[in-house]
Amino acid sequence: MKLRQPWTLMFVLPLLSWSVATHSGEAQSVEIARSEDGKYFDKDDNPVYKIDEDGTVDWFTYSGFRRYHSECHVCHGPDALGSSFAPGLTESLKTMDYEGFMEVVINGREKIGASENSKMPSFGLNRNVICYLDDIYVYVKARSDDALPRGRPKKKEAKTDATREYENSCLED
Amino acid sequence: MIRTLKYSGVVLATALLASAAASASDELLKMQDNADEWVMPTGNYANHRYSELDQINRDNVGDLNVAWTFSTGVLRGHEGGPLIIGDVMYVHTPFPNIVYALDLNDSGRIIWKYEPKQDPDTIPVMCCDTVNRGVAYGDGKIILHQADTTVVALNAETGAVEWKVANGDPKVGETGTSAPMVVKDKVMIGISGGEFGVRGSMTAYNLADGSRAWRAYSMGPDSDILVDPEKTTHLGEPVGKDSGMNTWEGDQWKIGGGTTWGWYAYDPELDLIYYGTGNPSTWNPSQRPGDNRWSMAIFARNPDTGMAKWVYQMTPHDEWDFDGVNEMILSDQEVGGEMRKLLVHFDRNGFGYSMDRETGQLLIAEKFDPVVNWATHVDLKTGRPQVVSKYSTAQNGEDVNTTGICPAALGTKDQQPAAFSPKSGLHYVPTNHVCMDYEPFRVSYTAGQPYVGATLSMYPPEGSDHMGNFIAWDATKGEIVWSNKEKFSVWSGALATAGDVVFYGTLEGFLKAVDAKTGEELYKFKTPSGIIGNVTTYMHGGKQYIAVLSGVGGWAGIGLAAGLTDPNAGLGAVGGYAALSNYTALGGQLTVFAVD
Repeated sequence: MKLRQPWTLMFVLPLLSWSVATHSGEAQSVEIARSEDGKYFDKDDNPVYKIDEDGTVDWFTYSGFRRYHSECHVCHGPDALGSSFAPGLTESLKTMDYEGFMEVVINGREKIGASENSKMPSFGLNRNVICYLDDIYVYVKARSDDALPRGRPKKKEAKTDATREYENSCLED
Repeated sequence: MIRTLKYSGVVLATALLASAAASASDELLKMQDNADEWVMPTGNYANHRYSELDQINRDNVGDLNVAWTFSTGVLRGHEGGPLIIGDVMYVHTPFPNIVYALDLNDSGRIIWKYEPKQDPDTIPVMCCDTVNRGVAYGDGKIILHQADTTVVALNAETGAVEWKVANGDPKVGETGTSAPMVVKDKVMIGISGGEFGVRGSMTAYNLADGSRAWRAYSMGPDSDILVDPEKTTHLGEPVGKDSGMNTWEGDQWKIGGGTTWGWYAYDPELDLIYYGTGNPSTWNPSQRPGDNRWSMAIFARNPDTGMAKWVYQMTPHDEWDFDGVNEMILSDQEVGGEMRKLLVHFDRNGFGYSMDRETGQLLIAEKFDPVVNWATHVDLKTGRPQVVSKYSTAQNGEDVNTTGICPAALGTKDQQPAAFSPKSGLHYVPTNHVCMDYEPFRVSYTAGQPYVGATLSMYPPEGSDHMGNFIAWDATKGEIVWSNKEKFSVWSGALATAGDVVFYGTLEGFLKAVDAKTGEELYKFKTPSGIIGNVTTYMHGGKQYIAVLSGVGGWAGIGLAAGLTDPNAGLGAVGGYAALSNYTALGGQLTVFAVD
């Protein structure tokens, strides 16, 4: 609750804001409990996006946009909206929480049967994904909450030195 | 010891079979001239997708009706089209790659069905849907190139497996999507996986037993890429030593891409096969300095040995994912007052190339969509595109979003094959009319994982209200003759006929017939799902039929399902462009048409 943003006061019950889609696009609907080195967390200490009223997004949401459109969109479609090949994650994240998201990305899942031949691979060994798991999550979550419109975020917060250090060490390990 | 004996027995039997095999292309050269049949996916070795049949023509095509239909039982994107040999139609599907033999004398009764068992792990390493572009016929066999790269020869009469061989390993991202081509006593097999750091190759297997005859990689040492440093030429000059390595930094060529998933051509007089190679890996150009030869290139090779006669690289040091895999169309036409053996190629990069297919000389390279902007022109002497700095993702560098590049990564044209009518002298080309933003960034390589390294977003060109065109092209001049707008990219292979009609499918699911001379629409019918398959024709029982697979998917289904947005239109413009998912849904079906 420490770093509560002023616009969250719009919501009477913070918990309610999880399930309420905001008006047609860019506004924060999730309460931010704390931040560390440009990264934001909710009360359960799960990473969360931060989107200002002027559309400025936190670095991780922006980074997630880039990584999503490199690693994920060739199956899940542009802007997490789904495709003829794989489901839209804007819908999936309405019922899937942070742990569930991590589980599927790291371990994959499979639906093979008479009518379906779909398989989500395991990305557990792919540094281009696992080094950016939180980034992709907060981006897709923002899209799912209708807090972020389609397309490239126009403005972003700066990348911090701590983030840069983490990225380098994760990619090079 | 027992094992050794067994093995030598196999080798002996193999040798006997090989010597007994007749040249399948003699048979196919005769068969491809019989307009009643459709014996290879692109109609003939020259990739014309043209039929001499004229029972259905510009005067009566408006009376076309559905004759019969067939559900494939598979939901994924259906590329390619059926073969018709004698009284049998061979229909293939995307993963799990079923092949059906249908009896044309008995309302499409299933004579046999083959369904391979494949590891589902293959599915997610197929970039952009589990498509398959069709089977090939040769010497009584139907050759299937499975998603998991297994090449299997089926007895055309019974569906029994005669041999099978693994061409690659899906665990490192190598997959199979392309149709095989039978040439002489061999079958040519390409490979997919350019987005997984695969090193592309063309491999020839002996049709008799599936043993490997040769493999030519797209990059690497001369012994791997099968070039002669002195005799193999690039625009008339010898390629020199180590041409597949000396334009790469370090070992990057080992994961260099240059996959070969398009359509192949064969000229029996020159005894050369032609095919194109795909993008260099990764999509981030800064991670692979140099021209990256021979990605993005056209190869002319001897089908017996694999040795390259000439090679031409269209897009050195790719910065936009403009794979060079699209089909090579072989025709004999007059250019500048001189008869030429032409090779015509509509590249993803937006240029239509007319080359001398004997020498590899570049004659014409012109834009086949006026919005193409990444290069001003191609220098015909050096063969190099003159890149516009503003649209150079390499010059702008990593982590910079380069905007407004036309065409988008899916190209002005992708694999959907064009048609050529010797009667009109024109090429009929399905095209995309889409631009993009492209931001490259650093990625690390893990075998079997995506190796992309760029973020891109796509949208129609500024001021355009449509995302595709279907055009007629004069390859002797490098000019568009007519152009029809289409709401979506045209992702269906075209068919031209002696009836002066040209057919193609649309992503909404329409089969369309247009006048070959003017492009005027003469007929359309909405099939159950979007069409990314190729239109085919045949004659049976004295009646001409038109056949096409529906089943939306592929790159088009992924990129366009949700609709595109215009990044310049500001906030709130979402939905300004049509979402394909509002027009069609999944489902594989063959629809066959006839005039009553």
